Amino acid sequence: MTTLTINGVERRFDGDPEMPLLWYLRDEAGLTGTKFGCGAAQCGACTVHLNGMAVFSCITPMAAADGGQVTTIEGLSPDGNHPVQVAWRDLNVAQCGYCQTGQIMQAAALLAGNPNPSDADIDTAMSGNLCRCGTYTRIRAAIKRAAQGSRAGGAPAGGTPAGGSKGGRI
Amino acid sequence: MRGIANVSRRGFLAGTGVFVLAAGLPAGAFAQQEKEKKFGGEAMPNGLRDDPALFVAIAEDGTVTVTCHRQEMGQGVRTSIAMVVADELEAAWDRVRVVQAPGDEERYGNQDTDGSRSLRHHYMPMRRVGAAARTMLEQAAAKQWGVPVAEVRAQDHRVVHQASGRALGYGELARAASALPVPDRAAVRLKDPKDFRYIGKETVGLVDNAGITTGKATYGIDVRLDGMLYAVVARPPVYGGKVRRFDAAAAMKVPGVVKVLAIDPPAGPTEFEPLGGVAVVARNSWAAIKGRDALQIEWDDGPNAGYSSAAYRAALTEAARKPGKVVREQGDVAGAMAKAAKKVEAEYYIPHLAQAPMEPPAAVVRIAGGKAEAWACTQAPQVTRLRLAKKLGLTPEQVRVNVTLLGGGFGRKSKPDYVLEAGILSKAMDGAPVKVFWTREDDLRHGYYHTVSLQRLEAGLDAHGRPVAWLHRTVAPTIGSIFAPDPKHQLPFELGMGVTNAPVAVPNYRAENPEAPAHVRIGWYRSVSNIPHAFAIQSFIAELAHAAGRDPKDYLLEVIGPPRRMDPSELGDLWNHGEDPERYVIDTGRLRKVVETAAQGIGWGRKLPKGSGLGIAAHYSFVSYVAVAAEVVVGEGGRLSIPRVDIAVDCGPRVNPERVRSQMEGAVIMGAGHALSAQVTFDKGRAQQDNFDSYVLARMDTAPREIRVHQIAWDDQTMPLGGVGEPGLPPVIPAITNAVFAATGKRIRQLPIGDQLAV
Repeated sequence: MTTLTINGVERRFDGDPEMPLLWYLRDEAGLTGTKFGCGAAQCGACTVHLNGMAVFSCITPMAAADGGQVTTIEGLSPDGNHPVQVAWRDLNVAQCGYCQTGQIMQAAALLAGNPNPSDADIDTAMSGNLCRCGTYTRIRAAIKRAAQGSRAGGAPAGGTPAGGSKGGRI
Repeated sequence: MRGIANVSRRGFLAGTGVFVLAAGLPAGAFAQQEKEKKFGGEAMPNGLRDDPALFVAIAEDGTVTVTCHRQEMGQGVRTSIAMVVADELEAAWDRVRVVQAPGDEERYGNQDTDGSRSLRHHYMPMRRVGAAARTMLEQAAAKQWGVPVAEVRAQDHRVVHQASGRALGYGELARAASALPVPDRAAVRLKDPKDFRYIGKETVGLVDNAGITTGKATYGIDVRLDGMLYAVVARPPVYGGKVRRFDAAAAMKVPGVVKVLAIDPPAGPTEFEPLGGVAVVARNSWAAIKGRDALQIEWDDGPNAGYSSAAYRAALTEAARKPGKVVREQGDVAGAMAKAAKKVEAEYYIPHLAQAPMEPPAAVVRIAGGKAEAWACTQAPQVTRLRLAKKLGLTPEQVRVNVTLLGGGFGRKSKPDYVLEAGILSKAMDGAPVKVFWTREDDLRHGYYHTVSLQRLEAGLDAHGRPVAWLHRTVAPTIGSIFAPDPKHQLPFELGMGVTNAPVAVPNYRAENPEAPAHVRIGWYRSVSNIPHAFAIQSFIAELAHAAGRDPKDYLLEVIGPPRRMDPSELGDLWNHGEDPERYVIDTGRLRKVVETAAQGIGWGRKLPKGSGLGIAAHYSFVSYVAVAAEVVVGEGGRLSIPRVDIAVDCGPRVNPERVRSQMEGAVIMGAGHALSAQVTFDKGRAQQDNFDSYVLARMDTAPREIRVHQIAWDDQTMPLGGVGEPGLPPVIPAITNAVFAATGKRIRQLPIGDQLAV
């Protein structure tokens, strides 16, 4: 039995503990905002926060999430207005949009740990997230915009669960 | 399921309080009666529609619902179509919503979303839709007030009568307006472009922004139905192969696996047929994947088991060194070549590519009561509907195809083989809803690959270094190979992508197309054959400039020649992207202008440090003109970075400049990935790349750091629109490799660059 909290709701799962968190979220919990892109930690479309850290849910077995706090795009903010989401809309970052929930989750984790990232910080944090439409220049601009907005507003950039976001990738 | 329910069951026909503006024009009325050759949207299957009843509904609360019949894959068409309709309708943007049409071309006209055609073909019909609806609202208000219609005016979601100061909102007028006949097309007054509030402006955001940024947007792979099963398919690892025998025992033991069954391989040409193989149907995605891993399958690899990219490249090269079928000829190439002061020749190799949309192919089909319903991320919903009906033994009327958002398309999702797989499996499961999804490995191993090609160019230069003779041999397996048994020549539309229509001012010109057999599925890929042709021609022009000791930008302008308007059919291209050659001429003045704009943008001629270089390239495709200037830095160990790219585009009048810009940005980044690292190679008939660690695309740290898009602005709304989604890509790759030459002196003649710069 795996027990975990997803977007603040406790859930139990008695299926295959090897099942990647991605498929549990999408098929069992019905949270399809987390996307399948590669199944091999190569594209980041499946990025969620596990205990405040950005993780590839496609290679995170349910057993590894046991007892954990998971935040998906659906739970990043109560009203869809996390500074990163707002910046994404303001700059019309998306093209097809498929990778963008993963990009947003990764960017939110970056800003939670580093409210003023440099270009090099953005490269390091975001290069695991592939975008086939080619929105990287706008993603970079939106991260900087979100960082600015967050600092100006004094609010934390991360919408990650309490417990200390480290903003890294595990 | 969420989101999609609104789309598939939207109520504008039967719902309460929502009025479709009366069905006035019979379907097909827009199709011309004349017998003459048709062009553009009218020449596409099922043509165009401009009946507001099909595309606009207004609710009593004033909400305007625009039905988008073109498929959204990131090009922004749902936003752009709505902008056009809403502008002519004088609708307030915050009261406009967009729903997606199902596949039904009898009703909506052509829906194939490819070829950079959506706005090019549907801009004027959609303007007429909005304008006709606005006219009906004005008529309804005038009637209600008992005043001449000329005295009233639609303005910002209401109709006003200035003389009396009266006004009625669109919601209040919807019912009465819906009872009026649709006005005659000739009687509909289009807006004066100076009054546009959305078209050509950057006043609105993307209609799908909220859904995308909150995870609520529904893509094909996201569709969930009650009782839905999940399936993956083990397909023959070699194209043309089939299952010899398989053992499902271990797979059936995986918890959640429900059924294992064979899918037949195609009997004739592959077309859009499933490749066959063994399907695993399960209760969830993970069980399906695990079940497939447990299958024991013995394959018969079939006739393409010997396909190897290295040997094939040698065969293409050999073919390119011998004369081939002549596909374009001006003057006397042999004579001029013999008299030339200098001869230059070069061969360029462009590998297979995979579209690899971030959302792999996925679809759900269910069958009940003799009817099938599909949900799919498809670029071609009507084609999907017809093929699915045939596959299931139903009539098209018994099949409904609901279209979700597409997580990228790039041509892959024009081919509905994955939807047919879902249909076959639903039928096998007594009609239960079955979702078929492709893993990334499936996508890269069993694609409709971009053609592989060898491009050989020879030129004779005169004493001043000007080209006087030009021979281009293009060798590549054709897309026609999925439709006919073993064709060996490229089709006119492939050659018309930069060869038979190449605007070069060389008096003696010949293009040949030697034979090339196909050993994998060849399919459309964003920009299609323009990619190899532009890479070869634009690289070669830079090589000629070097041979002549000239500046590459000046030399490129000289090869393009003076501003002139050319009929493509006189060059040798009768296809002309399907457009009327009288409306869509090749205008070298426009091509020159984008070259000059890109060059100016990047500061052409400026002094750069050692290891840095600028490159430039231009290409005409999808009846638009694009030039790219790139700055590269080649550092230690040949590490290549691209600090900046300037891209200039002339696509005629622009509907949505923000999306034009985003398409150009995307083209630059996609092109950078192809220049740097992307390729699909084969060995023993098997693709050697199967995920993003081996099929290497541009990422945040390798993509161009700064991209500046320069859009040529045209105020003349009578000028025809050009394409936007595809024409940006072709010149990107040669601009980068030309910059590499400027930086290092190393000429890149095969893609990707890979480790060619490592010393």
